[in-house]
Amino acid sequence: MQTQLGSAVFPRLLRRSLSYIPSILYSLHSLLNLFHFFRFLSNSSPQSQKHKEMASPFLSNTIISFSSSLSSSSSLPRLAPSIPFSAIRSKSTPRRILTVRSKIREIFMPALSSTMTEGKIVSWVKSEGDVLSKGESVVVVESDKADMDVETFYDGILAAIVVGEGETALVGAAIGVLAETEDEIAEAKAKAASKSGASTPSAPPPAPTPAAASTPAPPKSTPAPAAPTVAEGPTKTVATPYAKKLAKQHKVDIESVVGTGPYGRITPEDIEAAAGLSPSKKNVGLAVVVETKHAAPAKAPAASAAPSSLPPPVPGSTVVPFTTMQSAVSKNMVESLSVPTFRVGYPVTTDALDALYEKVKPKGVTMTALLAKAAAMALAQHPVVNSSCKDGKSFTYNSNINIAVAVAINGGLITPVLQDADKLDLYLLSQKWKELVEKARAKQLQPQEYNSGTFTLSNLGMFGVDRFDAILPPGQGAIMAVGASKPTVVADAEGFFSVKNKMLVNVTADHRIIYGADLAAFLQTFSKIVENAESLTL
Amino acid sequence: MHSTLSFSQATTVPTTNYAFHSQSPINLRFCGLRREAFGISILTRSSSGRVRLSTRGRSKRTSASTGNNGTPPKSFDYDLIIIGAGVGGHGAALHAVEKGLKTAIIEGDVVGGTCVNRGCVPSKALLAVSGRMRELQSEHHMKALGLQVSAAGYDRQGVADHANNLASKIRSNLTNSMKALGVDILTGFGTIVGPQKVKYGKVGFTDNVVTAKDIIIATGSVPFVPKGIEVDGKTVITSDHALKLEFVPDWIAIVGSGYIGLEFSDVYTALGSEVTFIEALDQLMPGFDPEISKLAQRVLINPRKIDYHTGVFATKITPARDGKPVIVELTDAKTKEHKDTLEVDAALIATGRAPFTYGLGLENINVVTQRGFVPVDERMRVIDANGNLVPHLYCIGDANGKMMLAHAASAQGISVVEQVTGRDHVLNHLSVPAACFTHPEISMVGLTEPQAREKAEKEGFEISVAKTSFKANTKALAENEGEGLAKLIYRPDNGEILGVHIFGLHAADLIHEASNAVALGTRIQDIRFAVHAHPTLSEVLDELFKSAKVEREALEALKVG
Repeated sequence: MQTQLGSAVFPRLLRRSLSYIPSILYSLHSLLNLFHFFRFLSNSSPQSQKHKEMASPFLSNTIISFSSSLSSSSSLPRLAPSIPFSAIRSKSTPRRILTVRSKIREIFMPALSSTMTEGKIVSWVKSEGDVLSKGESVVVVESDKADMDVETFYDGILAAIVVGEGETALVGAAIGVLAETEDEIAEAKAKAASKSGASTPSAPPPAPTPAAASTPAPPKSTPAPAAPTVAEGPTKTVATPYAKKLAKQHKVDIESVVGTGPYGRITPEDIEAAAGLSPSKKNVGLAVVVETKHAAPAKAPAASAAPSSLPPPVPGSTVVPFTTMQSAVSKNMVESLSVPTFRVGYPVTTDALDALYEKVKPKGVTMTALLAKAAAMALAQHPVVNSSCKDGKSFTYNSNINIAVAVAINGGLITPVLQDADKLDLYLLSQKWKELVEKARAKQLQPQEYNSGTFTLSNLGMFGVDRFDAILPPGQGAIMAVGASKPTVVADAEGFFSVKNKMLVNVTADHRIIYGADLAAFLQTFSKIVENAESLTL
Repeated sequence: MHSTLSFSQATTVPTTNYAFHSQSPINLRFCGLRREAFGISILTRSSSGRVRLSTRGRSKRTSASTGNNGTPPKSFDYDLIIIGAGVGGHGAALHAVEKGLKTAIIEGDVVGGTCVNRGCVPSKALLAVSGRMRELQSEHHMKALGLQVSAAGYDRQGVADHANNLASKIRSNLTNSMKALGVDILTGFGTIVGPQKVKYGKVGFTDNVVTAKDIIIATGSVPFVPKGIEVDGKTVITSDHALKLEFVPDWIAIVGSGYIGLEFSDVYTALGSEVTFIEALDQLMPGFDPEISKLAQRVLINPRKIDYHTGVFATKITPARDGKPVIVELTDAKTKEHKDTLEVDAALIATGRAPFTYGLGLENINVVTQRGFVPVDERMRVIDANGNLVPHLYCIGDANGKMMLAHAASAQGISVVEQVTGRDHVLNHLSVPAACFTHPEISMVGLTEPQAREKAEKEGFEISVAKTSFKANTKALAENEGEGLAKLIYRPDNGEILGVHIFGLHAADLIHEASNAVALGTRIQDIRFAVHAHPTLSEVLDELFKSAKVEREALEALKVG
């Protein structure tokens, strides 16, 4: 539906309503502030948006809107000079301009009926920096029946969008700024910025400063700088379509965000991080990958620091973007920082295990299967170590014991899961493991085959690593890091020396649910099982 | 024959072409609407004096015509030979057999053509998946229905297999149906060597020459790739490659926002990709009724992970290599200045389709293609370089460019068979429906509102527009899919339907009530009394016809008549 109304109509109507409803208009300035206050609120928390809607039942269902860009020169003189908002409106247009003709015009939220108090912007047909010609649609304003195109009545350049898509503005509030020539864009932008700058909630008494402080990264409310399409030159910002949408929605200055996506592009996750939002879950693609390598602890803080500030790259360095798998690892590692973990180590004598291994090796049993089986049997006796904490308020006891085992795979890491490891016998388990590894190498693992783990096992013993420290993957309660088994001189209770094979296992656990004593008891059980390895074959 | 009505970049390829010649005093079957034929023809060839209706009846019966290239044979191997076993050729073959013609079909590739193997059919399989994914991922939608679904995921190879299996199944159905009816399937590329004479054969083998009383060219089309775009089949692809779904890029640029582009945007976004549209015209979805395309943009584009650049050409696209992403150079369509450079993971070229007529031997019978299209008259009879009809030679489907839709080709084929078996027939292209299988779907028949207004102004009549919303339909609400609109453009003075456009749940299936009404010349005052089962989506159209306001005289005339 196109509504084309002469520019003269709007000022006239506005003036009429001004005179009829002086209470509303005692200060358009404060209304503006009120509007910004609402915006501020809605930025702070989603609930406030609801409050706002509930609090204004008069929010018109029949918004009839029309548009106008109001020339300050034509309208200002008619608005009584005593009206305070003229102060803002004509900040940069001194009185003499009344005759000179101002070249910076504001686009207002239009209204036709006296019941309409605010309107919602459906979409901006034009973007900042676009050249507009008279009669062109600039913005779409929503009423319940249909959306109306709002047209411009002046040629010019859309210098700044003050009220973004999906937002509401009070009738009469400036929603955009129009500059006549390119030279005035900067001035117009400043004007728009001052509009937003002036939005610090002063008029409504309960200034919600604490609310603002509680949000991790207060969204910037300055209008986005010139549309990225205008940007040129070598250091171009590349952002994905959804990232741009989110940036607009959350008022994130996209230029200030450091992209972590492929080729350094800005991804939706980057914007969410910059806006201080928890990343929305993405179900498509690789979901759970665990990192247990030595490099991990160093990597995690680096990744978390990335969005804020990065040291300039060393000259001559090459940037290799993450693969999908590596991105998933990175994401999981950063996520793991939110869990309070602690570690308990335990030396385990493995002579019996080694002997058993030699015996069953010809039947295709691997050390991984033996360790997984042992861990599973120990977990069966200590269900709390097999539990997880999903919400920070409760234990989630898992009915199955699914042992995820970390496997390095060219340039990445994946954790195939041995399901029901406590129930399957050693031979089945070994066979299962072989299948899983083959599938993993062929990248054919089904999601439940790598993300259903309830406990993770990571073994670097084959490299001669004697002990290491694993990072707890999100969604699990504990992870066991297994070092190499080495001949060690030990003294027994009678003081006799002997040489036994010992390996150090080190378990990282979520201390919200698993306490030191739990872990110690679990490790003791595990150690006993390994030391009486024959039980593994039962 | 992939459904392509839009043209984005390829302004040289007339994808929407209702070029239609209106002087035809003979056929009165399509009362009313055939007279409404019009041309928004991009092909600006004139129609005057080229079609010699008076001679038509005779030349059809005489087998010895005045061919200027060799003498046509006296007896023929076949009554009808069709070059190209796509949907158009298949439709023609089946109808020819029914009419008792000895029929052969020549195919150099696989039976089924573009539609079955690389077009409408496999894309529907992908869209069936995307529709379900979209539904399962919409927490809001699921919640409203009281359903709980944990993380929906997909297996790319499984999806690709579904599309491939569907294509094979339909292909074998098509082949079997022709074999069962006794249509000879001749393998090889067909070339016309003279009047009523075709040779065919595979490369490196000796050619066979066969003769037929009538020949139909139905060679279809291939994806059109504008200059400067390097297609590597991996990161820069056409619909041919995309349908194999060999990978799902994180971010894909789709050049062209017509049917093909829109459908793929639906597939890719449902599978987790982000999409950037590149459209040469000033607005997205240029082939659709403006009101529909606007609503479609609000539903299919804005809320999804899609952005777009309009009024720009993708003048250069370089595939990903040497550790660099796919690079797309955008040039302003008007100023021809470089505007922007995109770096994406893949680019899909959906700029329309180009006719596949090269090597057809048209030069042997003095026919010159126009930008690759075989020039034909309204009866699909091929026109030679001098503007004369080539006897016994017809061209249907994408190769003639009249309306590049699979079912249009089939309808044209049937029309040709009707003619060669002694019954004059002219297909009313305005009654051919078109559909885009996004979620929700878009469908249409006849004129768009601007086209109707232009025609009304030219011919001096009034038009009216009626609209109904899916929001008021019980079945749509039960499905929790109330988003949608049906729009009717009609003449209030006589109740004639000029165009119907639907955007909403199952729109592609709903359009046929309207397209049949247009084909049969049914007026609003008649159809509004037809009964629809309740509650069904078809009531959207019922409401639509009932809400149209036909002037009293027309209604009176109905009572009298």
